[in-house]
Amino acid sequence: MSADNKDHSPESHDVDHLGHESHNHGSFRSYMIGFVLSVILTAIPFWLVMTGVLPAQATALIVMAFAVVQIVVHMIYFLHMNSKSEGGWTMLALIFTIIVVVIALSGSLWVMYHLNTNMMPTHEMSGMGS
Amino acid sequence: MSATAIKIDDPNVFHLEEEPHHEEGSSTMLGFWLYLMSDCLIFAMLFAVFGVLGGNYAAGPGPKELFDLELVAINTAMLLFSSITYGFAMLAMDRNNKSQTLVWLAITGLFGLAFLGIELYEFAHLIHEGATPQRSAFLSAFFTLVGTHGLHVTFGIIWLVTLMVQVSWKGLIPANKRRLMCLSMFWHFLDVIWIGVFTFVYLLGMVR
Repeated sequence: MSADNKDHSPESHDVDHLGHESHNHGSFRSYMIGFVLSVILTAIPFWLVMTGVLPAQATALIVMAFAVVQIVVHMIYFLHMNSKSEGGWTMLALIFTIIVVVIALSGSLWVMYHLNTNMMPTHEMSGMGS
Repeated sequence: MSATAIKIDDPNVFHLEEEPHHEEGSSTMLGFWLYLMSDCLIFAMLFAVFGVLGGNYAAGPGPKELFDLELVAINTAMLLFSSITYGFAMLAMDRNNKSQTLVWLAITGLFGLAFLGIELYEFAHLIHEGATPQRSAFLSAFFTLVGTHGLHVTFGIIWLVTLMVQVSWKGLIPANKRRLMCLSMFWHFLDVIWIGVFTFVYLLGMVR
């Protein structure tokens, strides 16, 4: 909890009735930039998969990379994430969540993949103990 | 009792003598963000389940036989359009323009309904073809993940309609602005989750 006093200097003229600086909702321009970027970042993966111009492995990698970039674009232009809002606590919560999500996802996939490989019916029994 | 009572002028007391004054709703946005992060964990678990079980078709149909990418592309466009129109509603709210805010909110709601309608059509089509959640682990995971997202959109639309009624009755008062900002975060958050869904479930399912 940030119990310290909020900055009520004359510069923060955007103080609204809620008693804190009004949140940055972005501008028409920033929303349009985010929208155009999202359209491009959505259209290219769909086009790649629908036409299949690239080999499957390359398509999968590009599609995943575009998803990550688009999530960042949404975070910045639509959710207005920055390191300063709410005194940095939203960013801290986001970083913590990303760490937990990465651990949960990679851990689940890793463990279950090896479980699957070692439990294959056709697998040699000698491989079980490794 | 009196032995444990804290004397305020005790030099070893480290709390403030007076609680700092918090304006009503000053911590709502942070609290709502923390809720969204916990919601994010729910989806992370569902993505993990889909990642683990997504290849277990139980000799049933797989993504290539079931998914219609053109339908998914239209659905994605609906959600993306609803995101930008909600952004326009927020900009109208900043200008204190009540009628424009309501119009943009209504358009957002219509795009949301279109998204839900297409998704329900897709589900009905799948179930009609025998690809029910009971068919295979892949389909169970698919319906749980995409269905949970659809349920979130449903509640988002209910919330949106509620806010439209409140704004039309009471105007853009600070409390309503705060609520609209929370729904804004919720709505854009759902769009972020959908990026993961269409990438990992639909697109990667097709190239797998």
